[in-house]
Amino acid sequence: MDEKKPSAVSFRSVSRHYGEVRAADSLSFDIAEGEFFSMLGPSGSGKTTCLRLIAGFEQPTSGEVLIRGVSMAGVPPYERDVNTVFQDYALFPHMSMAENVAYGLMIRKIPKAERAARTETMLAMVALSGMGQRKPSQLSGGQRQRVALARALVNQPGVLLLDEPLGALDLKLREQMQVELKAIQRQVGITFIYVTHDQGEALSMSDRIAVFNKGRIEQIGRPDEIYEHPATAFVAGFVGVSNILSGPAAAAVAGAPAAFSIRPEKILLAAPGRPVPADSCSADGTIASVLYLGASTRFGVALSKGGELIVIEQNREETAVSASARQGQPVRLIWQRAHIQEMRP
Amino acid sequence: MGLRAAALFGLLFLNLPLVFILLYALTTDDRSFTFPPPGLTLRWFVLAWSRADIWQALALSVEVALAGMGLALLLGTLASLAMFRFRFFGREAVTLLILLPIALPGIVTGISLRSAFDIAGISFSYWTIVLGHATFCIVVVYNNVIARLRRSSPALIEASMDLGADSFQTFRHVVLPNVATALLAGGMLAFALSFDEVIVTTFTAGQQETLPIWMLAQLLRPRDRPLTNVVAVFVIAVTLLPILGAYYLTRDTHDASGSGK
Amino acid sequence: MSALAADAPARGPLRRFSNFLYRRPKLTLALLLLPPMLWLGVVYLGSLAALLAQSMFSVDDFSGLTVYQPTLKTYGELFQPASLDIILRTVVMAASVTLGCAVIGFPLAYYMARFAGLRAKAVFYLAVMLPLWSNYLVRVYSWKLILAKEGVITWLFGLVGLDGLLDWILALPVVGGPSLSASYIGMWVVFMYIWLPYMILPVEAALERVPRSLIEASADLGAHPRQTFRNVILPLAVPGIAAGSIFTFSLTLGDYIIPNLIGNSRPFIGMVVYSYQGTAGNIPGAAAFTLVPILVMALYLAAAKRLGAFDAL
Repeated sequence: MDEKKPSAVSFRSVSRHYGEVRAADSLSFDIAEGEFFSMLGPSGSGKTTCLRLIAGFEQPTSGEVLIRGVSMAGVPPYERDVNTVFQDYALFPHMSMAENVAYGLMIRKIPKAERAARTETMLAMVALSGMGQRKPSQLSGGQRQRVALARALVNQPGVLLLDEPLGALDLKLREQMQVELKAIQRQVGITFIYVTHDQGEALSMSDRIAVFNKGRIEQIGRPDEIYEHPATAFVAGFVGVSNILSGPAAAAVAGAPAAFSIRPEKILLAAPGRPVPADSCSADGTIASVLYLGASTRFGVALSKGGELIVIEQNREETAVSASARQGQPVRLIWQRAHIQEMRP
Repeated sequence: MGLRAAALFGLLFLNLPLVFILLYALTTDDRSFTFPPPGLTLRWFVLAWSRADIWQALALSVEVALAGMGLALLLGTLASLAMFRFRFFGREAVTLLILLPIALPGIVTGISLRSAFDIAGISFSYWTIVLGHATFCIVVVYNNVIARLRRSSPALIEASMDLGADSFQTFRHVVLPNVATALLAGGMLAFALSFDEVIVTTFTAGQQETLPIWMLAQLLRPRDRPLTNVVAVFVIAVTLLPILGAYYLTRDTHDASGSGK
Repeated sequence: MSALAADAPARGPLRRFSNFLYRRPKLTLALLLLPPMLWLGVVYLGSLAALLAQSMFSVDDFSGLTVYQPTLKTYGELFQPASLDIILRTVVMAASVTLGCAVIGFPLAYYMARFAGLRAKAVFYLAVMLPLWSNYLVRVYSWKLILAKEGVITWLFGLVGLDGLLDWILALPVVGGPSLSASYIGMWVVFMYIWLPYMILPVEAALERVPRSLIEASADLGAHPRQTFRNVILPLAVPGIAAGSIFTFSLTLGDYIIPNLIGNSRPFIGMVVYSYQGTAGNIPGAAAFTLVPILVMALYLAAAKRLGAFDAL
């Protein structure tokens, strides 16, 4: 570790307490240089607290936060090589867009000509050229979000923090921005640390994800690792739909009462009596519920030996009518043993 | 609606008397308060212009008001910054202390100051007047500034610091522009309050005369009736402007429970 | 690139100081709060302490100079019949002014809170606030003009042929007088006029806070508008009335200008204080008398707090 370049951000046993509440509970992890790292979790899980600890708006109760190997204890936010895109954008209302973007440069006393040039480049990168003179109140939500991004990036920080930046946008815009953000990150090469409660966002944009729950990290890994091999029941449930079988229901299927999970798209909905390959498990049951989702259909299957499993099938030939007609039918569920993920309790 | 009529009557009741003063400032009758006035003239305005004692009183009022406003702006802003930014034990006590000078009747403040001056052996001067005025003007500035601060987003300060500005730079570039109009409004109200004040001033001024004291002396021992009316008209005009200005500047921060002084 | 901000400004003294303060929030708080607190503490609290101290001193009867020795003699003067008379007169006037303000102010506040549209409300606010902020002396003086024997009121009464009524009012014992501008009635009217905004604003705020849904629920449960008013709206307005009454009561207690100008030379507490500290130079006496309104207000505030006035301020 000493020979390699230091991580962009390191947490060493960091805790942040507010009286009885443990917003962050003894966290230790590293974020690599140049990666798109997401912190995912429900509200109050500690992900925003971690972001604020990196930015410097809060100091840890114990432990150390390091940026590029240097301890940030007692270092104010304005001394850190870190910039933030805030959830509500926090654009200065009394300044124009261009002045907002150039704020960091102005504070650092960068000469006017260079400021103007860098601002223009940035505005072009976020597709807002020529609108520099407008005030924030004259912009739409999506435009303001891009100004906030430009304002942070123009300072060429070592690390960029994004606090649920797409939360206020509608679906279409959000999806578009996700693609743009990922592209910008690749282009600029800066470490992005992204906080979100939307697992779809995290999965689609990140190099690695940390799943937070109640101030602790349940799992860190690549998106496919998190999705295909959730380490705990919480991760399995929070990221994607989870099927968790435990106790007697698990025993009936897999032979042992240990809890396991299986993703719904990995299950085959077959006719009863269909032969089961050697590398697979099966369970028999009846279709209890049918939910038409357009591109796919979600079936809830009540297992004959107890428990329920959700199966999601693509509607390649299925229609809403034919799908709903299957309600009440007996079926056999088949899935590969390799796709089973054992649950830590 | 009977209620609407009653409300309008109430409004008229509150504001009409001031109109009458203007009327009386223009009357030709200089000995009594006859209504309707026998004639109208601008004679008294011209006469007032030439009176040295009125000018002196006016000058003193303005000087005191400026000093009081300045001190109130400084102390009130510091207090509101502290109260907005920090949570600490004893916050309510601080609020009470800031409010007290204006919550207790003027006579209490006046006599207290007088008692203190007597015990400490301080004799009356310009500064004794300013001392009293600044004290009850602090709350006016404080209320205005903290209302504005509370309406702004704390994220703005964090954003500024995140972008590399330290506390002083943040104050200069982000906080100050935000509260500028509230400061202006608070300052103007403080000026108006100080300019008008007579109760506390009587106890702290000794032989000196601010404009309200001049007026009070006139009212208690009437000598120049129409001149008093002219001065009254002038005072109304001078204090009307800052108040309307302050109201205009803080329109957006008024909430339903807007209190008075 | 390093861990700390790239091309940071030269670490000038101001920035170093900012860093220093950043690490010490308590110190920053102290620095911000100290000047105003020091001022208020020394100037204001110190003065109040001086007031208390002075009330325990006395004036030497022969030399007229203050004797700076603690004594209860000055307090003793408060209990003489003449002094008690003054106190009673002032308290009664304060109470009747408060009552009058409540009765006149309530309809106005009610209209403002419940019936005025958005624009009308802003106009009303301005119209109520404006006199509040304009010069107190001018407003009192304007009434002296209006109430004068040859002034507007007399003219108005004459116009509608109610001269007789006016004379009858003036002839009333105790409250009447040679003219409206030199009688208790006149004083009462002027007091009400001056303090009315102080009553209207808290009442309006309290009334505005009554949720519409409560009134609708009351109607839904079968109550007449009058019953709704008596059982739902009025009780919820009481804290506002109590809050307003604090102002009207306390301001009347301490006032010395209105009784002087519009009075019939009967002394009120404020006038006594004023005259004592003026030419008489009797500061201990003035201080002792000032303690009376403070005490009365302390009792009144305790009672008002019960009624919930503090929440309506």
